[in-house]
This record gives sequence, structure tokens and C-alpha cells, in this order.
Amino acid sequence: MKKVMSNKFVIALYTLPALFLILALIYIPIVLSGYYGLMDWDGIGQMTFIGLDNYVTLIQDKVFWTSTWHSLLLAIFSTASLLLYLAISLVLASKIKGSDLLRKIYLIPMLLSSVAIAQLWMKIFDPTNGMANKLLEMFGVENTPVWLADPAIALFAIFIPVIWQYAGFYILIYYAALKNVPDEVIEAAKIDGASALQIAFKIKLPLISGIFKVTVMLAVVGSLKYFDLIYVMTGGGPNGASEVIASYMYKEAFKLNNFGYGSAIGFGLLVLCLVMTWLTSKLTKSKDDVQ
Amino acid sequence: MSKVSSPQAASLDLSVPDKSKKSLLNKIGFGFLYLILGVFAIIQIYPLVWLVFFSLKTNQEVFGMSPFSLPQDPQWANYTKAWTSGNIGLYFFNSVWITILSVALTLILASFVTFAVTRMSWKFSGLVLGLFLVAYMIPLHSTLIPLFNMYNSMNLIDSPVSIVLSYTAFNLPLTIMILLGFYQAFPREIEEAAVMDGCSIHRIFFQITLPMTVPVLSTTGIINMIYNWNEFVFVNTFISSDKWKTLTVGINNFVGQYLTDWGAIGATLVISIVPILLAFLFLSDKIVEGMAAGSVKG
Repeated sequence: MKKVMSNKFVIALYTLPALFLILALIYIPIVLSGYYGLMDWDGIGQMTFIGLDNYVTLIQDKVFWTSTWHSLLLAIFSTASLLLYLAISLVLASKIKGSDLLRKIYLIPMLLSSVAIAQLWMKIFDPTNGMANKLLEMFGVENTPVWLADPAIALFAIFIPVIWQYAGFYILIYYAALKNVPDEVIEAAKIDGASALQIAFKIKLPLISGIFKVTVMLAVVGSLKYFDLIYVMTGGGPNGASEVIASYMYKEAFKLNNFGYGSAIGFGLLVLCLVMTWLTSKLTKSKDDVQ
Repeated sequence: MSKVSSPQAASLDLSVPDKSKKSLLNKIGFGFLYLILGVFAIIQIYPLVWLVFFSLKTNQEVFGMSPFSLPQDPQWANYTKAWTSGNIGLYFFNSVWITILSVALTLILASFVTFAVTRMSWKFSGLVLGLFLVAYMIPLHSTLIPLFNMYNSMNLIDSPVSIVLSYTAFNLPLTIMILLGFYQAFPREIEEAAVMDGCSIHRIFFQITLPMTVPVLSTTGIINMIYNWNEFVFVNTFISSDKWKTLTVGINNFVGQYLTDWGAIGATLVISIVPILLAFLFLSDKIVEGMAAGSVKG
């Protein structure tokens, strides 16, 4: 029996194809990204080794830091909105009728492609005929905003569909976690005279804090690499007002043919993601210790 | 929340006897919560309703009348226009076969790996599994330039092969994560008995393990399908000719050309999201289950 289940040939046959794929298409490219960052290269011609020049430029590049700040803003915004989703999930999971249907309705935007969402919201934000401004006009607002064309608010306008897209996803996760809280615990608390709010804050929330940490991580890392919606809706504009790290990398590499510098940005993105993952797990851990 | 409901509660105090006061208060509280949940549902769904409305309107209607009005005379011609004047049919077909092929590849390769890691005993199984799990953390955007260069040197740029390979590789980590939980929870006795009976390992895998894992395979398959169907960056970067574009990239370029024909834009977008919505209508439980499983494990 042992002999059959440790047949080396079969093990290789079963694992090598998948292993080859992730090594060739994920791990080696990551290493190459750091390496290409050391090159002056337009993507077609000869690569010229220029040492750390690209990385030095990157550290002094104002656009890169503005983009990073925008990505971090999105991360902060997404994390803060988790509290809203959590509140909604608490209500949904408290044995109310129709929670199943509501939860599914909330999830629908998550199933759509970012392109469809981006195109739809570009229409919603249309300054003259869009739903957003017509709605504002109905409430008597006179100077309606131009949304995506206004550098001061373009980034925040994009945050709205991002929140819209992911709300149902996080509610779904919290709902599933809350449903896993054993009924006996809640019944016992009720018998002891705990109020609904006390049960929510003292019992349910602590019990799902593990899941909450996971979602914070998902929201932070997901925000840092956010790309599709911004690329379609504004392309990082107007005038860099909604540029994020991934869109800046894409522009440098595939629009301006600075593959060397683009790779350096891509490598910066990887480092930032790893640092933020570490930082988030550190922060959520210390919070847990206090509890 | 309480601020809004307290005036009503206070006025009720005067007229309602003690016992039913509590239940009425409860009812008002519940009504208020329902209202919030309902408003949130409208926010989530109304933009799509609005999209369907303007996909059936003429430009005059879109520009001249309230965006909340029903289409007066539904312009089904917008849909025929969207379907025939671009390559939507071709993009649609590409999306379908690329999605199906990638999902099939991902599921079979992921099953192989999960089987080898959980059912067979070998030295490096932990390390190999770790490699797959860590790959989940890597942002795909950081791999785009090297991947582009790699495919370019192999003449795979503007070829669907690059897309299928990328989809498969990047979906393997999550798929293995979900399968892993299922395999670990599943009893090994049946497989062990089969070994005793002298069954070959391939027969065990294909005739016992794979059929047993059909429930989790269908869940992960659906999740993978949604991800692939909606994927944008890889196709936008690696594919340049219309021949191999998928629906997401296709409609993005196509919609850009229309600029002001709202009806046609709306119809194109509706066509692109209808398959997903139909899938959701029939498979919502599986989709919900898969999304929850994928995220929690991640």
C-alpha cells in the first residue's frame, strides 16, 4: 500500500505540470521584474544595464509617490467601509426574513466584469445625462459636479463603484462567519439577560475577529493592486489625479515603452504589497492581544 | 439609528399599554432596519435597472427625459445593432471557449496536485504546497512585463495560448486552496481499500477520487468561470487583433467607438452581463458557497 502511494513517477506526473506553470508564469516573472528594473529597455531593442538608476529615479519620482498615496487612500477607504458591511451583516444574520434574497442581491455587482462596471458608472457620472447628476438636480443641487473630469474629486468618484462592486462580497463573508456562531452561545447570553447590542459587540464580533482580519488583508492588498476600473474610467487622469501604482506601471510600460522603468514600478508594487501584508497582520495581531 | 426612531417611540409611549409597547417598539425597530437593508439593496441593483432602461431608449429619450422613466417605445433595434455592427458574437464565442478550456485545465491540474499532496507520501509535499499557496499573494501586475516579454519571444503574443496558460496558472493557487479543505475533510478509507484490492493509482484518481470531489469541483469551477469571464488585464495586454479578443476587452474598445449612442452602449453592456446574471439565477447557492470558501481560505 505504502509503495503504491509513494510512487515517485506518479507524484512527478501529477505535480510537475502545475508546478511548471506557476514557476514559469508567476515566480520567474517576479524575479525577472526585479532584474528588468536594472535595465534601460524599450521592450523591443537591446537591454542596457544601468544598475540601480531606475530604482533611484523611482524613489525620487513624485508621480510614483502620488500614485502610491492614491492606492493607500483606496486601501484606507475600503478598510473603513468594512465596518459598514459588518453592521449590515449583523442585521442580516439576526434571523430576519428575506436575508437570503437580500444577500444575493447585494452580491450581484461583484459578478460583473470591471469593464462593464466601469462603462456603466461612466454613464452614471456623465455630467449632463448621468443618473448621479439628475438625482442631485432632483434634490435641488445647482452646481452639479463633473465627477471624473474634476481632478479634485475624480479619485473619490471612482471609489464609489469600487465600494459598490465589493460590498456584497464582504457581506457574504461576514454573513457566513456570523452564521457559524453557535446558537447555544447566543441563547445562553440571552438567558443571562444580554441585550441584542451586547450580544453583537461582546459575543458575535469577537468570535468572528479572525475572519475580520482576513477581510482587512483582502481589502488592503486588493486596493494596492487595483487597476481595471481606474484604467477604463479615467486612465489615471485627469492629469494624474486618479493614478494608482498599477495604472502608472501600465502606462510607463505599455504606452510609453519604458519597460525597464515599468518593471521597477512593478517590483515596487510587489514590495509594497508584501510590506503591507506584513504590516496589516502585525497591526491586527496587536489589536487581538489587547482584547 | 436610535436618534431617528426615538421620537416615534416617545409618542407611542403615551398611547400604548405596557405589554404591547415592547413588541411595537420592536416592530418599528425592525421596520427601520428593513428600510436600511432595502435601501442598500436598491443602491446595489438600481444602476443595473437604469442600464437596461437606457439600453432600450433612443438618444432623445435619454437626453430629454428623466433617467428614471421607463423606455416609452422599447428600442430592441439597439440590441440588433450592438450584436451585428461589431464583433460581439465573435468576442462572445472567444470568451466561452477560453473560459471553458482554462477552467477545465485548472480543475484537472489542481486536482492532480491536491491528490498528490494529501493522498501520497513524499518528502517535498509541504514545500510544493507552500509554493502554490504563496503564489496567491503575488500581484499579477508585477508579472505583466516579464510575461509579455516571455510570450513575445515565444511568438505567443496575440495568441489565445498565452491567455489560457495565464488564466490556468493564476487560478491554480485559489483552486488548490479550496480543494485542499475538501480533500482533507474527506475519508481516505475508500481509496485505501482500493489500493488493497490492487487498483492502480490512476484508476483510483480518475474513478474514485475525482467523482467523489464533484461537489467541490463544481463550486470552484463556477468561481473560476466568473473570474475568467470577467478578466481584463491579460487579454488587454497580450491580445491585439480582434480575432482573439474576449468579451471584456472587446466591449471596452467597441463601446469607446460609439461615444454618444447611449442605446447601443447600453445594449452591448447588457449582452455582456446577461450570461453571468443567468448563471447566478440558476446557480446562486453554488456561487455564494464558492465565493465564501475562496475568500475565507485565502
